[in-house]
Amino acid sequence: MFRYILRRLLQMVLAFFGTTLIVYALTFAGQGDPIQALAGERPVTPAQRAYLTEKYHLDATGVGGFFYRYVDYVKNLLQGNLGESLTGRNIGDILQQAWPVTVRLALIALAVAIIFGVSAGVIAGIRRASIFDNSTLVLTLLVLGIPTIVLAPLAQFFLGVKWQLFPPTAGSDPTFYALLLPGIVLGSLSLATALRLTRASVAENLRADYVRTARSKGLVKRRIVIVHVLRNSLIPVVTFLGVELGNLMSGAIITEGVFNIPGVGFNLFRGIRTEDGPLVVGIVSVLVVVYLVSNLVVDVLYAVLDPRIRYE
Amino acid sequence: MTHSTVEPTPASATPEGGHLLELRDLHVEFRTNEGVAQVINGVSYHLDAGETLAVLGESGSGKSVTAQAIMGILDTPPAFVRSGQILYRGQDLLTQSEEQRRQVRGQEIAMIFQDALSALNPVFPVGWQIGETLRQRAGMSRADARRRAIELMDLVKIPGAAKRIGDYPHQFSGGMRQRVMIAMALALEPKVLIADEPTTALDVTVQAQIMDLLADLRRELNMAMILITHDLGVVAGVADRIAVMYAGRIVEHADVRSLYKAPAHPYTKGLLESIPRLDVRGQELSTIKGLPPNLMHIPSGCPFHPRCPYVQQVCVDVVPHDLVLGDGRTSACHFAQEVRDDSAH
Amino acid sequence: MSDFETVAATENQAARRGPSGEPGTPNQVGAPHKPRSLAGDAWRDLRRNPIFWISLALVVIFTLMALLPGVFTANNPNDCLLSRQHAGPSGGAIFGYDFQGCDTYSRAVYGTRASLLVGALAALGTGIIALVVGMLAGYFGRWVDAVLSRVIDVVLGIPLLLAAIVLLKRVSSDSQWARIGAVVFVLALLGWTTAARVVRSSVITAKEQDYVAAARMLGAGHSRIMWRHILPNSLAPAIVVLTIALGSFIAAEATLSFLGIGLKAPTISWGQDIDTGRIHMREAALPLIVPSTFLALTVLAFIMLGDAIRDAFDPKLR
Repeated sequence: MFRYILRRLLQMVLAFFGTTLIVYALTFAGQGDPIQALAGERPVTPAQRAYLTEKYHLDATGVGGFFYRYVDYVKNLLQGNLGESLTGRNIGDILQQAWPVTVRLALIALAVAIIFGVSAGVIAGIRRASIFDNSTLVLTLLVLGIPTIVLAPLAQFFLGVKWQLFPPTAGSDPTFYALLLPGIVLGSLSLATALRLTRASVAENLRADYVRTARSKGLVKRRIVIVHVLRNSLIPVVTFLGVELGNLMSGAIITEGVFNIPGVGFNLFRGIRTEDGPLVVGIVSVLVVVYLVSNLVVDVLYAVLDPRIRYE
Repeated sequence: MTHSTVEPTPASATPEGGHLLELRDLHVEFRTNEGVAQVINGVSYHLDAGETLAVLGESGSGKSVTAQAIMGILDTPPAFVRSGQILYRGQDLLTQSEEQRRQVRGQEIAMIFQDALSALNPVFPVGWQIGETLRQRAGMSRADARRRAIELMDLVKIPGAAKRIGDYPHQFSGGMRQRVMIAMALALEPKVLIADEPTTALDVTVQAQIMDLLADLRRELNMAMILITHDLGVVAGVADRIAVMYAGRIVEHADVRSLYKAPAHPYTKGLLESIPRLDVRGQELSTIKGLPPNLMHIPSGCPFHPRCPYVQQVCVDVVPHDLVLGDGRTSACHFAQEVRDDSAH
Repeated sequence: MSDFETVAATENQAARRGPSGEPGTPNQVGAPHKPRSLAGDAWRDLRRNPIFWISLALVVIFTLMALLPGVFTANNPNDCLLSRQHAGPSGGAIFGYDFQGCDTYSRAVYGTRASLLVGALAALGTGIIALVVGMLAGYFGRWVDAVLSRVIDVVLGIPLLLAAIVLLKRVSSDSQWARIGAVVFVLALLGWTTAARVVRSSVITAKEQDYVAAARMLGAGHSRIMWRHILPNSLAPAIVVLTIALGSFIAAEATLSFLGIGLKAPTISWGQDIDTGRIHMREAALPLIVPSTFLALTVLAFIMLGDAIRDAFDPKLR
């Protein structure tokens, strides 16, 4: 178990340096004017130019300079020092305000996926080829095929504006109710994936040899399904949901943007729109770290759930 | 479908309740998209208290399906019991409710499977899995079940049972895993133990140990045992009687000694001749020609006729009935007498 | 009976007994009565699957629309008059006019071209990368496989949207083709991993087949074995994965255009129109609903088509 975690941890560290290097290189390397690259097409004031030059050590040149600046960037990232956006706000402060909202939204989405996706998946897996199974399969395919940029605005229009069942936008300090509709929209994709995964996993485990053994022990059918089959089937599902929590936190760009939820994705959305280079790079770097850490947590979780991995 | 009614043999025609377990003219079919396969075609055999019956046959001959039908753990669909009786202490299990049958499983009739690695649940410790039967079926407390699980693991000679009770199936060797399986099956002290190819997945050296263990336990606990195997070598030292299955039928039924001495069915004869013998030098090992039949299109007449060296026109036209050869022996062959005389050198 | 013990004798015997066997009783025991190929089974399943036919019809319609938009609408999508802003449906424009005063329906029809073009080119690029990487990893195995598999792991671990944002931020050109090229490049660069894994595993399977071993014994070189013997077998599963990928590439392009870093005017793209329609949804809903519906139907069509074909060929979970 310890060696397994250690190996995963080393892999994560490698992935961290690899990914941040890519992000960094793509943002700064080979540009005619790196400052203009950060600022996009906006005019840069001399004060901003001086600040950016100092922050990213743009006066050092060559390959050595590149790595010098990269190390500096990683150091700052690890210290939580993300610098300032072009509007002069501290990016760390922006994220600090944004995180709680994003986490709440992601948790609502995850709850939707678990409550509806996993339970419907279990039923569909047990009653394979039934009407319930076939209709959920078609429904999930529909959900998987409709992009968020379609689902979010349409849900906002019909459920928020037209029929007024939910608040159409969230505003600066959103209530649970205001986050519910965005949460459902955000979670629908995870719901569909979780449902299909659970269904396949339950169906496969129901045919496993150990189920026949459990029956020959004279156990009640309910116990066989709940204790033996579910315990095995949920290993891949829990793993998926763990990865998905990381995705939901970094993938809420569209949903937060459309519903005006002041989370991390919303700030990234606005950074892209206003071509605020430092803000985008800062947020993307942090999200990459979140993504990597959540993958590590999932690997550990997997080992806890599956003894075959634990004693590898 | 020609309904081939196999006459009950004299040996199994004893009065009701005479046998511990008795199968009468059992028919099982698999209904699939491709068609209906007749997997079991009128199997009858019996088992008395304290004896060991070996059921022998190639894969696909229906020997495991018969066992699963007895246990009531067939996968339905595709498997359906079409007709027949399974009498346990004179009661027909097939007419009982699912709840009644569940009570029989483990308590009266228990089963162990071929591949213990997949037959044990990978995510629970073995002690927990043995104890589960005790807790759920015998109402034992957690602590009692645990204590009894250690005893059972000792009984099947797993070294250091108390220490290994928290280990998971994948941490055991193949032989030890099969011992765990056996311990689990014995938890409720069943009267009948069905062992479905218990040694097939194991190394040759371990095979003998497991067979010896099963034979010893059967004697100690005074159980009856149905040993399902495709390996004649496994059978010899353990079984009292042998039933040979082919294409979902019992083709020959005899006590071990006389069957080995002079098989009375060409299929059994072929099986025996395909075993290498240590006492004959430079022998030519024979094999049975052809493949087992497709159960969706079982050959007419005697199902073995396309592969049989004794084949005549009558074999193609007429389904052979069980021919009684004395000493409780039967053979479903038109030329049973000739085959036996041929075999007896 | 020792003279009957060879396989040849068995076959002779079976052949001899042929005529005497009852009609309808197959002599070749064990063999299925009517052998059917996997492809035959799959086609039989597909033919009965309504989802397959619906999605196929949609794919055909949208492909025609991309090639010949003029057949589907008489109006010019760039003929915009601010005086018609958000005007309702009329004889000329069945879904009314958008914020700029352009024909909503006409713009949606003309938007098909860019979407399908980006999707198809990205799928093509993905297919080429996936075939090369999957083929090399699967065929040569050993360290080549180890290295390439790690590369696949790393690329698979990159969140697509975030990486696309970083990459596309660097493209400052606003020329139509430069942006299409950039989006295609980014999608292909990040999206080839799943297809590569599929190719890799089918190459490994094909490599073990007898006919490949036979070709090798006959002295065929690596490249000949790869191209003539293994590639044809790996193509079918790759095409299924790429069909589904094509759908998700179209969705990804629309998302990037929606964010303002994908395709830009003068290219007509659904993503941009959805964004504009979304902002003005309170004044007029049709400019939001129409391009949304077109996008959703296109993406769904490709994903469902790929899904149906994959299910037909992979009967494991039925």
